[in-house]
Amino acid sequence: MLTKRIIPCLDIKDGRTVKGTNFIQLRDAGNPVELAVRYCEEGADELVFLDITATTEKRKTLAKLVKEIATHINIPFTVGGGINTSEDVSVLLENGADKISVNTSAAKNPQLIDELAKNFGSQCVVVAIDAKLINHQWMVVTHGGRTPTEKLTIEWAKEVTERGAGEILLTSMENDGTKNGFAIEITKKVATAVNIPVIASGGAGKMEHFTEVFKSANADAALAASIFHFREIAIPDLKRYLYTQHIPVRI
Amino acid sequence: MNIVIVKYNAGNIQSVLFALERIGAAATVTDDKKLIQTADKVIFPGVGEASTAMSYLKERELDKVIVGLQQPVLGICLGMQLLCEHSEENNTDCLGIFKNVMVRKFNGVNTNVKVPQVGWNNIYNLKSELFSSVDENTYCYFVHSYFAEQNPFSIAETDYIQPYSSALKKDKFYGVQFHPEKSSKAGEEILKNFLKIK
Repeated sequence: MLTKRIIPCLDIKDGRTVKGTNFIQLRDAGNPVELAVRYCEEGADELVFLDITATTEKRKTLAKLVKEIATHINIPFTVGGGINTSEDVSVLLENGADKISVNTSAAKNPQLIDELAKNFGSQCVVVAIDAKLINHQWMVVTHGGRTPTEKLTIEWAKEVTERGAGEILLTSMENDGTKNGFAIEITKKVATAVNIPVIASGGAGKMEHFTEVFKSANADAALAASIFHFREIAIPDLKRYLYTQHIPVRI
Repeated sequence: MNIVIVKYNAGNIQSVLFALERIGAAATVTDDKKLIQTADKVIFPGVGEASTAMSYLKERELDKVIVGLQQPVLGICLGMQLLCEHSEENNTDCLGIFKNVMVRKFNGVNTNVKVPQVGWNNIYNLKSELFSSVDENTYCYFVHSYFAEQNPFSIAETDYIQPYSSALKKDKFYGVQFHPEKSSKAGEEILKNFLKIK
């Protein structure tokens, strides 16, 4: 039986893992390669690396880091942050990334999704959508949550699917960093609206939150960062717990 | 040992190289016919679309080279599908090693199940030295929209919408639908087993 995936996310800034609340207030969470290896050994199902390095110049070091990670881990991993072109993707894949994730660049230029799906296959294109409640509507926001757009989250999810996205990584800006649980309502709506896997992100604080997002929102995978980095929840404990809740997980 | 990874227009080769490095094996990535023919082991990976991949192989006559190989060959994902008879993906005639085996598309429309299948699923009915020391129902990592129907060459099965053949064997040709290079320790075990096959 296909299992639900648990995905630790590592936000990378200048080569270090960082974690903030609502995308601001960053704190250091360690060496990304060491963390990646630890998660791999603990039974993480995949890893996501998001490069939030501000300048293009510093971002060039990302390929080197991706290669170092790829040589050390034996599970799939996705790399995102600052990807604007097929060339950017080629470099990451050549260095061992399995999938790439696009967010702001895809919202600005939706054609990019078609191009990447055609050049590299849908299986390697993850579209990250950051959603925020604006006037009671779940709207898409970009630039790490700072810029609102005119796009409705559900409509954008459908569009990226049609354009060839292989998976959607849905982050609720309302929940991110709060540890009060995932955004069940919008995650469920997106997971129902599209026929590609949906990774829920933002708000994980307790093991019960994972049960809820898998059972009530029908997410295919759940992503979290700080609770794993700071050892508030250990992945083996989380998986054993989910197993007792009759959620299929790889143990 | 001389291990060759067939280079063609279907990605994901780098992950296979890194996985081999982790188990202490070095491989050459090449589309050179001689190098492929004289290798001790041939790995035929691939993520991509069947008809484009077949055209590419035919243009370079790699289709004939692959079919004629006598040494152990491991097809991974699309590589496995291309070793079958025919794929529904753009109605493509494949290499026909696994004779009469049809590659079909998962029906996600009537079943409300997501297509592609992405993630970890079990392999069972394990029947080959490829799976020595690998337990029944071990989890492996899959990413695919098309699958090989159950067939007499099957050496592993998996359930997604219906049971299907997730690994096949004929003579020295092996094919796996999942990605051993991304399937944690079980995947490494499978790659090691393949390298031991004489």
